[in-house]
Amino acid sequence: MTSGRPAPGGASAAPSSRTVHVRAEVLSRKKVGRYHHLTLVAPGVAERHRPGTFVAVSVGGPDSARLARRAFWVLRARPAGAYGGTVELLVAERGAGTRWLTTLAPGATVPLTGPLGRPFALPREAVACTLVGHSEGVAALQSLAERLKERGCTVHVVLAAADEAGLYGALEARRAARTVQVVTEDGSVGLRGRLPDLLPGLLEAQAPDVVYAAGPTAVLHAAAAAAEQRGAWSQVALTGPMPCATGHCLGCAVPVVGEDAVARSVRACVDGPVLRGDRVRWDAWGAPA
Amino acid sequence: MSASAPSSASPGPPVDLAVTLGGTRLTNPVLTAAGCVRLGRDLEQLLDLPALGAYVTPTVTLHPVTGPPGRRVVESPSGFVHATGLAGPGLSGFLATELPWLAARSVRTIVSVAAASLGEYAELARHIAAAPGVTGVEVRLGPPGAAALGLHRSDEPYHAAKVLATVRRELPSGALLLAKLAPLPGRVGEFARACADAGADGVTVADAAEALALDPTTLRPALGSGARDVPHAGLSGPALHPIALRCVWEAHAAVPTLPVVGCGGVASAADALAMIAAGATAVQVGSSVFADPTTPARVLAGLADLVSGHGATAVAGLVGYAHRPEHAPARTLATPTEGPEGVRR
Ligand SMILES: Cc1cc2nc3c(=O)[nH]c(=O)nc-3n(C[C@H](O)[C@H](O)[C@H](O)COP(=O)(O)OP(=O)(O)OC[C@H]3O[C@@H](n4cnc5c(N)ncnc54)[C@H](O)[C@@H]3O)c2cc1C
Ligand SMILES: Cc1cc2nc3c(=O)[nH]c(=O)nc-3n(C[C@H](O)[C@H](O)[C@H](O)COP(=O)(O)O)c2cc1C
Repeated sequence: MTSGRPAPGGASAAPSSRTVHVRAEVLSRKKVGRYHHLTLVAPGVAERHRPGTFVAVSVGGPDSARLARRAFWVLRARPAGAYGGTVELLVAERGAGTRWLTTLAPGATVPLTGPLGRPFALPREAVACTLVGHSEGVAALQSLAERLKERGCTVHVVLAAADEAGLYGALEARRAARTVQVVTEDGSVGLRGRLPDLLPGLLEAQAPDVVYAAGPTAVLHAAAAAAEQRGAWSQVALTGPMPCATGHCLGCAVPVVGEDAVARSVRACVDGPVLRGDRVRWDAWGAPA
Repeated sequence: MSASAPSSASPGPPVDLAVTLGGTRLTNPVLTAAGCVRLGRDLEQLLDLPALGAYVTPTVTLHPVTGPPGRRVVESPSGFVHATGLAGPGLSGFLATELPWLAARSVRTIVSVAAASLGEYAELARHIAAAPGVTGVEVRLGPPGAAALGLHRSDEPYHAAKVLATVRRELPSGALLLAKLAPLPGRVGEFARACADAGADGVTVADAAEALALDPTTLRPALGSGARDVPHAGLSGPALHPIALRCVWEAHAAVPTLPVVGCGGVASAADALAMIAAGATAVQVGSSVFADPTTPARVLAGLADLVSGHGATAVAGLVGYAHRPEHAPARTLATPTEGPEGVRR
């Protein structure tokens, strides 16, 4: 780690102070592009949400044979609405569990645990930040962008997806960001190409002090590397299977280098999901997509 | 259980949930299973460990063990296939961090151990016996892939007996000693007898079952590095429950005076009561914590009602209930370990 860079404030990186396990009720569901936008009534979760923390839900109903939890970013948390605290999730269909979630009608309930994990560390000073979100990873960054803007930071957002239907949140991002750059792999909108190739150039123009990234592991790695190259900090939000999401099963181990320069492995769910990009030993990680 | 159909009568006297394992009295029979509940302050309020009968630690080895690379846990129908190895901080790491955390919260703690030799077992037991805040030791005799993990052989009852005798010698009298067995219907009884003869206060039945998960895309083992050698994977969860129940039954039938701790797929109070009726004095909740972190509290909260629903005033009165002749009064058939009290007529 090179010194002399502004350290993101350590205080806000403390673990979420209280986690609750509730039966969350579906308030509404709507299709947005390739995603389903779900609003859930989850008392006690919204109050404690901070950007980068997540929730875990159980899928398949009370007699389900699928016991691993499914993790989701909190797109938006509203502590005290007319219905009590609500959280909004952006769900992409991947397999049976997410497919089940996207068939839930208003009134249905799902067991939900949250908020979980450690949030993004926020800079102490009003610095320039680039937020890199790929596909549903964008959901982790929306509330972060707002929080950074409140602190006077200059916010640049890079939104990427395979194609136009996979893009989410460009409109919302414009409210908090000075610039919004859209990237699609097929070039259907915005810049055409892949983030690992395009990021170095984009960061050159934006000159951020901190890079925040959420998306597939390849994107996180690319963001961490591009930040490192410029001498900027990076904060990456890990995904990949988290079978229990509560720190018990050791199923989400990530190889890292500790503050003490000793190599070890941490649990992505409770020691992350947000880690400093330069702490992850990317090459030692048989990383999930 | 037709002999004592649930009584729909008004709430009876409070149910006594206390049980004894060897000379150790536990306030209730709900324990955590080794390695399935890790400590952490974020989740303290979901898992009220001091309220449970006891907390069984992840297996402690003499030296630190780094877990295997690659995926370690995958979902399978009603269960999990996992290969976490014996990942952990080793004895000194455990004594320096986890044990003080538990002691500070007055969590009744049973330390799970596994070792490569009898000498290592003795050393582990000696240090753990000297540490403050330890109620007992659970010896992990049959984890999935024991040989590949480099553990001392325990694949025959006389091996197990040697390990138990070695550990017993190092523990103060009064310390609880449990032997945790592999889920091997047909063989559990002889292991239970050998462990009892060697000084165990009880047997935990059972560990995860040897299993395999393949990655559907690569058609290679889904866990570990995906290499062709079968990784030491085990199956846990409700899918294991009927097999564990069978093993509990066999252990209780083989040595009726030996307390059995039922472990395998307990996800509800009803599952716990089934274990108790099959012969378990206490139960452990393991991977059900992954699906619902409040499972131990839920099992405990539901147990009293179920026990009184079966006409008993003490959970100890239902231990081994399933073994009793159908129309015999439960009172007179109570086994010596549980005492004749506790069954309401
Ligand atoms: C911290 C975190 C935040 C996430 N946020 C979002 C979000 O906001 N929106 C969204 O759509 N998705 C998000 N995901 C990914 C989401 O959890 C998976 O898509 C989902 O678990 C897949 O479940 P399934 O049953 O549909 O898929 P299947 O492929 O049938 O799942 C089989 C098993 O593998 C796990 N799994 C497979 N792939 C993944 C993956 N890439 N990530 C995590 N688990 C996986 C599943 O949980 C399940 O245990 C997030 C993941 C994490 C870890
Ligand atoms: C991820 C995981 C880790 C485990 N670690 C240990 C361990 O360290 N020591 C041990 O004796 N058993 C360990 N087990 C086995 C459990 O304690 C238990 O015997 C088994 O999972 C069956 O119970 P269950 O179906 O309630 O999970 C582990 C199980 C799982 C799923």
